[in-house]
Amino acid sequence: MNNLLVADSVSKNFGKFKALNQVSIGVPMGSIFGLLGPNGAGKTTLIRIINQITMPDEGHVYLDGQSLKPEHIKDIGYLPEERGLYKSMKVGEQALYLAQLKGMSKSEAKNRLKYWFEKLEIGDWWNKKIQELSKGQAQKIQFIVTVLHRPKLLIFDEPFSGFDPINANLIKDEILKLRDEGATVIFSTHRMESVEELCDHIALLHKSNKILDGKLNDIKRNFKTNTFEIGLQSSKSESVLSEIKNSFEVLPATFKNLNDDIKLNIKINESTSPNDLLSFLTSKAEVHHFVEVIPTANDIFIQTVQNN
Amino acid sequence: MNHLPLIIKREYLTKVKNKSFIIMTFLSPLIMIALIALVSYLSQINSDKKRTISVLDETGYLIDIFESTDNTTYLKLTGLNLDDAKEIVKEKEDYGLLHIGNVTSLDDVGKNIKFYSEESPSLTIISGLERKVEKRLQEMKLQKDGVSLEQIDASKTSIDIAQESFDGEKSSKIDNIIKLAFGGIAGYLLFMFIIIYGNMIMRSVIEEKTSRIIEVIISSVKPIQLMMGKIIGTSLAGVTQFAIWVILGGVMLTIVSAIFGIDMAQVNTPQQEIVNQAMSAQGSDEVQAMAENIITAINNLPIGNLVVAFIFFFIGGYLLYSSLYAAIGAAVDNETDTQQFMLPILMPLILAVYVGVFTVIEDPHGTVSTVFSFIPLTSPVVMLMRIPFGVPLWQQGLSLLLLIGTFIFAVWFAAKIYRVGILMYGKKATYKELFKWLKY
Repeated sequence: MNNLLVADSVSKNFGKFKALNQVSIGVPMGSIFGLLGPNGAGKTTLIRIINQITMPDEGHVYLDGQSLKPEHIKDIGYLPEERGLYKSMKVGEQALYLAQLKGMSKSEAKNRLKYWFEKLEIGDWWNKKIQELSKGQAQKIQFIVTVLHRPKLLIFDEPFSGFDPINANLIKDEILKLRDEGATVIFSTHRMESVEELCDHIALLHKSNKILDGKLNDIKRNFKTNTFEIGLQSSKSESVLSEIKNSFEVLPATFKNLNDDIKLNIKINESTSPNDLLSFLTSKAEVHHFVEVIPTANDIFIQTVQNN
Repeated sequence: MNHLPLIIKREYLTKVKNKSFIIMTFLSPLIMIALIALVSYLSQINSDKKRTISVLDETGYLIDIFESTDNTTYLKLTGLNLDDAKEIVKEKEDYGLLHIGNVTSLDDVGKNIKFYSEESPSLTIISGLERKVEKRLQEMKLQKDGVSLEQIDASKTSIDIAQESFDGEKSSKIDNIIKLAFGGIAGYLLFMFIIIYGNMIMRSVIEEKTSRIIEVIISSVKPIQLMMGKIIGTSLAGVTQFAIWVILGGVMLTIVSAIFGIDMAQVNTPQQEIVNQAMSAQGSDEVQAMAENIITAINNLPIGNLVVAFIFFFIGGYLLYSSLYAAIGAAVDNETDTQQFMLPILMPLILAVYVGVFTVIEDPHGTVSTVFSFIPLTSPVVMLMRIPFGVPLWQQGLSLLLLIGTFIFAVWFAAKIYRVGILMYGKKATYKELFKWLKY
């Protein structure tokens, strides 16, 4: 797959502090790319370099195979974490101004804005001032302004903060729709459940270094431990339990279930297949619950960061 | 992509459409006119007030010099002693009592004059009385020595030294006053402009930081474009406001003076009263000569040079200071944090005005004036004040060159601070911190 955006060994120093250390990422065309990392890992610095707000000390960034240059500004839509609008300016005027700064003509911007205002059902806000809107309403305007010029690359930094669950869902759907229409999305967040939901690829930054990247599913495969969560029912549960413990590596498990007598996490080694485990269990007791434990993005995040 | 016109337009329209800006634009001249009208009205009431001053002259030498005028009536008391006179004056609530004590020698008269009043008398009244008495006593002393009144009158002389440069250019005292006025107005205008609109730029930068829109904007335009757009847009709004003030002020001044019949030129301050007296003493020929002098003085001014220099130094000085204001705005999070950075900006500005007012008047081409008209942070104000006195073109050029050089450096410096500062939140900027930002 083609990469829309490539960062090649990018480094950035602020005085003596190294904010990015030889970071390389490749964002595949048409993907949603999760840029993750603890606070202060360097995500915002990398995003600002991609937006040409700051220049890298070393390394190069390529968009669509070309070295990043000022003309690329109109190909990128950026929703920063620290965001806001001119409070005393009217919604319509402001959206037009910001669209024109992205290189759109006034009439084109007006048409596109009308489309989006109708789509998000906010047409009557045109002449309101931002300070008259609620935070969530202002966020909607901010989202529209970010995507209005149909950029190839969309960068969202914590896009859902400030939205109620309904509007967050609305925005999520719009992001997915934009991806389906061909846009590439870089998505930075601390909310792992949205990573799980949205991202195809992720990269994890920690202390200015990239410590992990790749397809989310591949990463999960690498992180899985061949552990199965089981729930059994048996009249002689104690003897069954000791038999299992003799044959397998066992960890306690907590999950909600009706009335299983035995709840366990069982780890099997590479040579054993899940079917072997299942047939062993069915021979001893009634199997009510059998699930492979797949590491969540959250698990991967915490585990990787703590190991580094 | 060049977004400068777009940014300028937005900055200009936002400023001009701002409610408090509109109110200030139209209210300020109203307030100013109202104040001027009030002051002139009050001073007219004051000078219209009728006063009665009783005079008790026990010597008889001075009694006939006090002639009543429209405002002041002199009541001549005779045959009373001092205590009775005081009592009477107090009862009648007259303005005061002038008592000239009885002495034998003419030399001692001056030492025995006293003015009694309820409240402390006005300075103008006392000095007026003093002048009358001095004149009469001087005449009497001369007459005693055998000089006739005619001789005394004939001896009065008034001198006006004509001035001419070695190149044959004629000038007069009026010349210098006109030059000072032109230079002073130009310098002061720049000073006010920098203070008012520099602050406006700074606030608008801070507003972008506090409303957190800055990162959105900065991902579309270069910080230096945003900064220059802000400076130019705000300046244009400032020029608009100034123009409205001038037009509105002129119109309203005419209207107000027509309605209230207050002759603004005749606002009577004590100093002016003295001047008026002096003027009326001179013949109409001299008044005409003076008017001619003023016209030649204005003609003598290097008008072309003045206009061109005004434009260049005004723009240069204003841009230099406003880029510094923009940098301050970028370095801080809110307006209260600006204090520590304001002082280094205000110091040279205030210094320039002081140098202009005290040194340039005294000696426009002296060392101090010349040096300060080259130092970039003070040169716009000081040079503008010096130019009416004739400054060699090479000096103006050199000073302007230095100013432009510093301006470019200041913009570079401000842009650096701006670029880093606008994205720094919550970090209290110190000078050390700013120095580090320069290297980012």
